[in-house]
Order: sequence, then structure tokens, then C-alpha cells
Amino acid sequence: MSMVEQTATPTPEVGLSEATAGDFIALLKPRVMSLVVFTAFVGLMAAPTPFDPLFSAIAILSIAIGAGASGALNMWYDADIDRLMSRTARRPVPAGRMLPGEALGFGLVLSFLSVMTLGLLVNWLAASLLAFTIFFYAVVYTMWLKRWTPQNIVIGGAAGAFPPVVGWAAATGSVSLESIILFSIIFLWTPPHFWALALFKSGDYGRAGIPMMPNVAGEASTRLQIFIYTLIVSPIGVLPWVLGYASAGYGIVAAALGVGFVYYAWGVFRMAPADRVMLPAKRMFGFSLLYLFGIFAAYLADSLVARFLQAGIL
Amino acid sequence: MAGERNQFEETIKLTDKQRKARRSRSVAIAVGLAILVVIFYVATIAKFGPSLLNRPL
Repeated sequence: MSMVEQTATPTPEVGLSEATAGDFIALLKPRVMSLVVFTAFVGLMAAPTPFDPLFSAIAILSIAIGAGASGALNMWYDADIDRLMSRTARRPVPAGRMLPGEALGFGLVLSFLSVMTLGLLVNWLAASLLAFTIFFYAVVYTMWLKRWTPQNIVIGGAAGAFPPVVGWAAATGSVSLESIILFSIIFLWTPPHFWALALFKSGDYGRAGIPMMPNVAGEASTRLQIFIYTLIVSPIGVLPWVLGYASAGYGIVAAALGVGFVYYAWGVFRMAPADRVMLPAKRMFGFSLLYLFGIFAAYLADSLVARFLQAGIL
Repeated sequence: MAGERNQFEETIKLTDKQRKARRSRSVAIAVGLAILVVIFYVATIAKFGPSLLNRPL
């Protein structure tokens, strides 16, 4: 093409962003981030070390930004399938407000900043775990597992389970059994939580070609697996009390929540195959959020009471 | 080459929406950088304290 032709032709195809700061915040998946912040904070507070408000705040901020960065990388890579699902079609990249390269650059820069900040100001074990979490979510889960196997969220659930371990590592500089139990609770909670959603959103996932369990193994098998996972996770939730890491108060709350979780999963298991409203699955999805929040809130309260008792405040 | 690029860039006219979005992004970047500077400043002072100034010149 000659110089004359190039300058004479307007260039409407030049990509110009209409993304606002709000779109970039949406890229961080704030709702997921709030759960990450909460569970990481519980891991940090449960650690048997003196509480340092400044460096705890820096650790939590770094973990939150790291989690947000992995969300941005996920939205960059998944823009093609997000466009096909009602739940995700309005996200900034599939909606066309943001260029894919912006989401990628944003995710990479925030990943780097969050890991370096945590490493330089807190400790490098926590930073390494955060880097691994971002890699696991963005690469192992998003790029590999999600479109390949119905076990995607079973294995990928590890990414969401790491924050309390990172919080614990930020406070102690180590990883111990207590933090591994917190990891296990989230890891085993993830499949029934997401499969309950996948049951009443199976059309969405089917259109996008994502092999979620209901689309691959069928609804009956998914309902059975949801029930089995809740039977496993409920006793694990009580384990901190059984092993002496938490008080009987925590044990009672965890046991009650576990019974509730199994009860709602039983409702899903017994759901009629012809039921297209799937109220039991929707109820179970709602309760699963309450379950995880309740377990971690009880663990946090227990840790705070133990700290106050130790300091002679109570 | 540089002249060709300048000429090309001059053909781009931002719409109001794009201009507002760019301003919103610029403000957010400024705020983000300021927060990062404050965090590193405060953390450095807290980590090293007065010993930071106690060194041979």
C-alpha cells in the first residue's frame, strides 16, 4: 500500500478503548475477591503469631490484588465463551467495552505487583504461594482444565482454597496442618457449590461448550456427587475442634452448618428429574455460601477469643 | 516513518465516551500509583525505623 492510500483512508478499525476505571474493577471479580480477602484474613488471624496491623493489611491487600489479577487473566482468556453465557456476557471484554490486550496487560501487571509487594514487604514463602495460586487459576484451571474435563472445578478449586494458606504463611512464614485443614474445607466445598450452580445453569455451560458435570455425566450423577462431597466436607469442617485447634463452640457451629449442608444436598439428591425450576439446587447454592462464610467466621471468632484470652483482655 | 505515524495518529478523533473513559482510567492509575508509593514509604519506615538513617555517609 502506498503512502498516499494509507493517509487517505480513515482507520475505523483502530481499537480504541471505552473501558472506564469501573470496568477494570469489574475485571478483578470483586465478589470473588471479597471471599478471598475474608478467608485469607482468617488464615492470618488464626496463626499463632503476634498481630501486626500494618503488615497484615499489606498482606491482605496483596492477596486481594493477586486474586483480582487472576480474575482479569481469566476474563481475558475466556472472553470467547463468556460472550455465550447470560451470567458473563456483560463482562467488559465480551461486551466490547475493553480490548482483550488491556485485560491481559492489567492482569499481568497486577500479578507482578502483588507478588513483589508481598515478597518484599512480608515474606517470600507467602509471595511464592500467591504466585502459584495466580498461575494455578489463570493457566492450570482457565487455560487447561476448564474446557477439557468435568473435573475442572474439582482440581481448579485448589486455586480458591489457597488464600487462607497464603494468609497463614504471611503471618508465620510457614505452612502447617491448621492451614492445610482450612485449605481442605474450601477445596472440598467447591465442587458441590459449583455443581449446584451448574445444575440450574447447565444450558449456559452447554452453549459455551464447557464440560461441566451435569452436561457430561448427567444430572443424576451430579446430584449424587454433590451429596457425597457434602458428606466429606462436613466432618472436615469439624476437624479443627477434633484436633484441638479450635474450641467446642466452633465445633458446635461447624457441626450445625455441616448438618445443614448435608440436608440441602439431600434435597438436591432427591430432586425430581423433571424439575426444571430446580429450587432445591438454588437453595443449596445459597446455603453453600452461608456454610463457607459461617465456618470461617466461627473460626475467626474462635481465634480472636483465644487471642483476647491470651492477652488477658477477656 | 515517524512522520507517517504522526499523520496516522492525527486522524484519530476520540469520541466523548472514549475521552471520559480515558480520563477515568488516568485518574485510577494516578490513585493506584499514589497508594503504592504510600504503602512502600510507610512499610519501609516501619520495617527499618530510625536505623534507616543510621549509616555512614
